[in-house]
Amino acid sequence: MTPALVEVETPAAPEATRTSLRKLRTFARNKGALIGVFILLFLAAAAIFAPLLTPYDPTAQDLSSAFLSPSWEHPFGTDDLGQDILARIMYGGRYTLAIGALAVSIAAIVGVPLGLISGYVGGATDMVIQRITDILLSFNPFLLALVLVAVFGVGIGTVTIAAGVGVIPQFIRLTRGQALSLREEVYVEAAVAFGAGSLAILLRHVLRNALTPIIVYATLNIGVTILVAAGLGFLGLGVQPPTPEWGTMLGTARSFIFKASYQLTFPGLTIFLAVLSFNLVGDGLRDAFDPSLRE
Amino acid sequence: MSGFSAYLVRRLAAAVITLLGVVLVMVLLVRALPGDAARVIAGLQATPEQVEQVRQSLGLDQPVPVQYWRYVVNLAEGSLGTSARFGTSVLAEIGHRLPYTIALAVCGTFFGAIFGIALGVLAATHKGRWVDAVGSMLGVAGISMPVYWLGILLIVLFSVQLRWLPIGGAEGLASLVMPTITLGVFSMAVVSRMTRSTMLDTLDQDYVRTVRAKGVAEWIAVRHALRNAFIPILTVIGLQFGTLLGGAVLTETVFSWPGIGQLLVQSINNRDFPLVQGIVFVFAAMFIVLNIVTDLLYSVVDPRVRLFR
Repeated sequence: MTPALVEVETPAAPEATRTSLRKLRTFARNKGALIGVFILLFLAAAAIFAPLLTPYDPTAQDLSSAFLSPSWEHPFGTDDLGQDILARIMYGGRYTLAIGALAVSIAAIVGVPLGLISGYVGGATDMVIQRITDILLSFNPFLLALVLVAVFGVGIGTVTIAAGVGVIPQFIRLTRGQALSLREEVYVEAAVAFGAGSLAILLRHVLRNALTPIIVYATLNIGVTILVAAGLGFLGLGVQPPTPEWGTMLGTARSFIFKASYQLTFPGLTIFLAVLSFNLVGDGLRDAFDPSLRE
Repeated sequence: MSGFSAYLVRRLAAAVITLLGVVLVMVLLVRALPGDAARVIAGLQATPEQVEQVRQSLGLDQPVPVQYWRYVVNLAEGSLGTSARFGTSVLAEIGHRLPYTIALAVCGTFFGAIFGIALGVLAATHKGRWVDAVGSMLGVAGISMPVYWLGILLIVLFSVQLRWLPIGGAEGLASLVMPTITLGVFSMAVVSRMTRSTMLDTLDQDYVRTVRAKGVAEWIAVRHALRNAFIPILTVIGLQFGTLLGGAVLTETVFSWPGIGQLLVQSINNRDFPLVQGIVFVFAAMFIVLNIVTDLLYSVVDPRVRLFR
């Protein structure tokens, strides 16, 4: 046995990789988060592969097979127009899930730069942005979305934007706080001393460090935007039929609460599961990557 | 001026500025109505004279700053304008309906607070055991539940199947049960999550350990911890109120509860924008006032909190 061999060390993984691996492991040990990932993959797969999974066209009407209770042929039954509810839920994921994700992306794209500027620049700019945030907050997401569709009309585009606008303040608040605290960090001061421009500092240092909480917030807020968009649909002020959006389906089925309550079960359950999965994954990401964000 | 009144004046000034902003947003939105705003609001069957009348009464024939100024002056005089659909005062329409919304919101808040705190305390005192697991599950399920679906499920169970409760309307206390639960579950979930995490912190504090060391009953120790966990819990209940009002719009629609949330949806369907403006203003005002009240309550619950110097 040669002592030299013992002393040979495997090159250590870089510090950053090791911590993110550890965080990933923390996330993977979180049962709730894993359940969330599983539900999410399941719903997404059903939406993407819907044409392979169901023989029915989600908008094919057949009045002779209207109001059929769940059976082998129609596992979730059919609605008032004879459309297969399972097919509509599967295809509907393409709308509801996409609207939720897109709405949050819009909110982040608008809110993150505003928050960064507000926190980093400070002064009068900060005050103006803060007042705008206060105004948006006093509406609350659903009310704001409701007013926006009332003015700009119903439809997928309006609903997506309307659902997104309501969560903009969340992103402003979050990134402003991050920018405020990071402004004091030594490495940012060093970058300033080296003569780096504000934009470069914001992008390279502040934004990069704020990215984790932004992702956590985005995940949690997809749940909110899905609830808002589906809520608009439920009131008949969202995506319009025959498009199979989950909230819209629930709203239509509400007229048949005595006649066919099964029509109300599955679209609602799917909305619930989708929101639940985003919340579980968001909670898991927060606990693993940024526990300081805990309420 | 004492510190307290200075603080109050500052908060109220900020509130007024925010509300002026809310009014501005609403005025701009009405201006942004596609096509002729006056025609949209007056309705398709309206005669040209009626359209002109709507245009003038809303100030749509004036530049935006003038229209905005007029709305603000009216507001200062205690008027929210005239409903385009009913021809009545917006304030009166809201006045009829507001008590219903407030009753529902108060019941929902109490439901959420009582069950949320109880659930959170149970979870914290049984950390890691099955009670805690069930509590966490209820917590995350509660914030993920679409209020409109929960309301429908309750109707199917208690009105259609069991026939215990009225399906909707506002006839007596029984009709308040399902809307209260529907509206309160979200708050309950948020409050229970908050209570659990704060209680876990306070149960670990020295003074609780001291109380326990004296050998008193466990519930006395819990009471000590809860009293000190109260501020963050109260904050959450206050902040919750905004979300609650949003939920009230949907809950009232599901249960035909005659509050301003239901009126808002009806007004949107009627394109009655003066009424929409007024209701949104009242919702925003309620939210802002409640936030101030929550902050003031802190200093009552915990004298250590100094809002002003």
